[in-house]
Amino acid sequence: MTEAYIYDAVRTPRGKGRKDGKLHEITPIQLATQVLQAVRDRTGIDTADVDDVVLGCVSPVGEQGSDIARVAVLNADYAETTAGVQINRFCASGLEATNMAAAKVMTGEAMFAIGGGVESMSRVPMGSDGAAWAMDPAVAFKTYFAPQGIGADLIATKYGFSRNDVDAYAMESQRRAAQAWAEGRFKNSIVPVKDVIGEVVLAHDEHMRPGTDMQSLGGLAPAFQAIGEQMPGFDAIALMRYPEVEKINHVHHGGNSSGIVDGAAAILIGNKEIGEKYGLKPRARIRAMASIGSEPMIMLTGPEFVANKVLQRAGMTKDDIDLFELNEAFASVVLRFMQALNIPHDKINVNGGAIAMGHPLGATGAMILGTVLDELERTGKGTALVNLCVGAGMGTGTIIERV
Amino acid sequence: MTTAIRTELDADGILLLTIDVPGQSMNVITPEVQADLAAAIERLKTDDAVKGAVLTSGKASGFMAGADLKGMGALFGGGAAPEGKSKMAALFDGVFTLNKLLRDLETCGKPVAAAVNGLALGGGLEFVLACHYRVIADNPKITLGLPEIMVGLFPGAGGTQRLPRLMGIQPALMYLLQGKNMSPQEALGFGVAQAVVPADQIIETAKAWVKANPNGGVQPWDAKSFKMPGGPATALNPAFAQMFVGGNAMTHVNAGDNMNAPRAILSAVYEGVQVPMDTAIRIESKYFAKVVADPQAGNMIRSLFVSKQAAEKGARRPKDVAPAPTKKVAMLGAGLMGAGIAMVSAQAGIEVVLLDTTQEAAEKGKQYTADRLAKKKMAADKAQAILDRIHPTTKYEDLAGCDLVIEAVFETREIKANVTKQTQAVLGPDVIFGSNTSTLPITGLAEAWDKPENFIGIHFFSPVEKMPLVEIIVGKKTGAAAIAKALDYVAQIRKTPIVVNDSRGFYTSRCFGTYVQEGLALLGEGTVPALIENVGKQMGMPVGPLAVNDEVGLDLSYKVGQQTKADLGDAYKPGPAEAVITKMYELGRQGRKNAKGFYVYPDGGKKHLWPELAATVAGGLAADQPSADEVKERLLYRQLVECARCFAEGVLETPQDGDLGAIFGWGFAPFTGGPFSHMDTVGIANVVVTLDRLAQRHGERFAPPQLLRDMAARGDSFYAMAAKKAA
Repeated sequence: MTEAYIYDAVRTPRGKGRKDGKLHEITPIQLATQVLQAVRDRTGIDTADVDDVVLGCVSPVGEQGSDIARVAVLNADYAETTAGVQINRFCASGLEATNMAAAKVMTGEAMFAIGGGVESMSRVPMGSDGAAWAMDPAVAFKTYFAPQGIGADLIATKYGFSRNDVDAYAMESQRRAAQAWAEGRFKNSIVPVKDVIGEVVLAHDEHMRPGTDMQSLGGLAPAFQAIGEQMPGFDAIALMRYPEVEKINHVHHGGNSSGIVDGAAAILIGNKEIGEKYGLKPRARIRAMASIGSEPMIMLTGPEFVANKVLQRAGMTKDDIDLFELNEAFASVVLRFMQALNIPHDKINVNGGAIAMGHPLGATGAMILGTVLDELERTGKGTALVNLCVGAGMGTGTIIERV
Repeated sequence: MTTAIRTELDADGILLLTIDVPGQSMNVITPEVQADLAAAIERLKTDDAVKGAVLTSGKASGFMAGADLKGMGALFGGGAAPEGKSKMAALFDGVFTLNKLLRDLETCGKPVAAAVNGLALGGGLEFVLACHYRVIADNPKITLGLPEIMVGLFPGAGGTQRLPRLMGIQPALMYLLQGKNMSPQEALGFGVAQAVVPADQIIETAKAWVKANPNGGVQPWDAKSFKMPGGPATALNPAFAQMFVGGNAMTHVNAGDNMNAPRAILSAVYEGVQVPMDTAIRIESKYFAKVVADPQAGNMIRSLFVSKQAAEKGARRPKDVAPAPTKKVAMLGAGLMGAGIAMVSAQAGIEVVLLDTTQEAAEKGKQYTADRLAKKKMAADKAQAILDRIHPTTKYEDLAGCDLVIEAVFETREIKANVTKQTQAVLGPDVIFGSNTSTLPITGLAEAWDKPENFIGIHFFSPVEKMPLVEIIVGKKTGAAAIAKALDYVAQIRKTPIVVNDSRGFYTSRCFGTYVQEGLALLGEGTVPALIENVGKQMGMPVGPLAVNDEVGLDLSYKVGQQTKADLGDAYKPGPAEAVITKMYELGRQGRKNAKGFYVYPDGGKKHLWPELAATVAGGLAADQPSADEVKERLLYRQLVECARCFAEGVLETPQDGDLGAIFGWGFAPFTGGPFSHMDTVGIANVVVTLDRLAQRHGERFAPPQLLRDMAARGDSFYAMAAKKAA
């Protein structure tokens, strides 16, 4: 099989996903367009050699609807021969898009392919696309549907993480993100977002709260207690699936969960020959990829299983991995992953994550892949495993190796 | 041929359709009603002289109740399939007939108004909803509703489709899922009715509308301009999405994984409101067929409706004894039970002499009624009349003139014998004496009454004013007059009776006890306590076994165990629960009463399981935990086998008593129709296989009685046996 190499990785800074967020005035098609243009302009490639663009997007309706990837290709003035496809693997869409792009290169379908994602959560709110999973009674009953915050709190309860544990993790995420920004560790990948008159509207991650401490976090009320214990009472549904649990301890809140933000990312992947044609140096090769499904009600324990699967596919063990990057959907997700695989905190999410910087659903997977690649290069390390927990019990993971 | 719907064409060309089913005090949907309605629809469609119609009732009792539940029996479980059709397709054809008929009515092309003179429930209301205009008599006592959910069914003649289109999806779901009734004024507010007028004006109001609206024969949902109240019924409407996300969760929590009908209602509404009416009613009928094809609805209807009504109407009453209503009851003991029995008796118009050892205790017993009536916000004069019937006393001579005795004193034979004898000294042994004992065999207690044929067990449940069941216990010598008297009394206080024969714990306490004991056995094996409790509730029991034992009192459980041990002597077989209860007793953990039992009861906080529980009674949690299904199987089959034994031993004479007693006495999963319905549904042969497996693994307490083996060999069932016996 042909090797697939990463030649470039870019992302926008993440804007607060609210009406007063800096990126709220920027349309999602603009976010996608600007990262595609950045990839082209930074590498100098002829986009006629880009066979396909795969973009993740989790609420692909309204202005994110109708195959935003192809429309972004056209809007970015790529060659009109470049195809585009929008995919949805919930929170791992950005990484799944990258995996698909890599697979296209590996199979010879594409010379260059771009994987990435886009989500303007301030303009197209989560859930705008509806869901048979949650709405259709037959399916909701069958799958014991409960929102993922309930699953996150259930993980904390089942695996013994206290409110202090999750808050301490969140505080460290903020500290690491602030330090990373202060030291310019993201500078190679950030593409400032510009408005219609060409002015920069956002050049840094807007969601961060440097200086967050245990006291400020301690003052936040649990976010999922009301829907869990009162209306409509999702805890009882969780207990139908996990009857060994007496009561769910609601520990998550806005401060220890991923932030709602706007943003986009793109990763340029290609084979050896096409890189040589443009004199590009491969930054890493895609060593293995995997997705899994697991129990959907608790929903967010997939990272453990997908990590094991992707390690096995790569013929590696977790000790062969220098850095882990797991999306900080909720603090308990990362704590459970560290517990399950016995991973020290100083090897995972070393520059902070979505708790500090936010989680633009469709784009995050590609963003954190770029982040960890930058960090491998900065520290001279070799291998990284990137993964995300995914709605309905899935998980997606990728192992990269510098070359 | 008799007519069920009379027709009468007036000078304006308005056809008055009066539903008046012959031989019935209340209109129900019969084949004749359907045939007559079909003929009327045909006339509306084809006869130019007919300009429209008004549908009303000829019964003073109301407009129409729904389908005749007793007559629906043949549908349940699905019949044999005709040639070339699947069983389900044939069932669909059957249930779709009425749905289609009402659709034909609303699309006949001419205006049809309903003039509703009284209650319209279930199918009755569905007839009304299929009319284009609905006028209801102005009487707040009129109930309109779709209560099918209460017996495990759901509206299958367009109710799940028309109600949301009239009132909005969310309010409609409330009525559909809770089976709640609405008054005429509420119906008016929700757009279910268009007018509420005095009863004598409903027909003229309906006719006036028909006359004024020659083009009124189009339902709103058949008009192009139709907008669903509450917003578009589409997944991309966030309000619609949120409503179902929340509604699904609430319904799942309430129905658990047990009930078919609530899920089916939600699906019928969710899928139906997104499509035009012609498709929607087909979807509704498909879900209806699914619900009807499952034995659950049939089992629920049999126990919760048919058997319950039969029991209340005297199914078990000796036929040849003259009615013996109680006028004045001697209530011995004014504790919690005695006070409650006094209350329900006084409420039924019965005079009560409430006797206790001190006047203070007797007065306190009367105060129980006063406190509860005050909470009910009853009119002062009515409450006073009830209270005036309760006469607290300490003197046995005040019992003179009582025609029934109920005893609810301390549960020891000596004390009971003593009060029995003192009562007999005043009343003589011809009066019927009922003991409310919950543990002591009746035959032994009857020895203190000179005529044991007049001695019977009348076992109430706590709290008396809330619990619907009374267990009548027939001792070895109890006679027909005593049974008749007790059942007439239970009818007076409007409770549901079952009749059982004497045995330790009778029927209900004995079988319910096994649920608790199996929970304790699991606990003693080191099972995660929360798993035991959650599975107990999730399988349809009202509370977990540990929680209920805490309520009863662990010290009481210990003492009852010791008494049983002493009574049985060598015959006593210690069960696995005994070590657990003994340990808790030794530690002084009595349950809720001293705020420490299996649970901890923090001041002002919510109770939670005692964290040291597994370590204390099982030396820690077992490394291998049973699955939820294994726990459920044990908690369920331990009860089933005890119920079967009660039947085999003759404690129970009918499966109806067994099912009613289980559901209304100890809250046995109502959706099953009761333990006997459940065993029949599972199949006796399968029950035996499961019990043999459980007995091998967990002990003789699961061993099936020979009766079950014999039944399995014959391919018999409890209700088939009962039907044979009755025939």
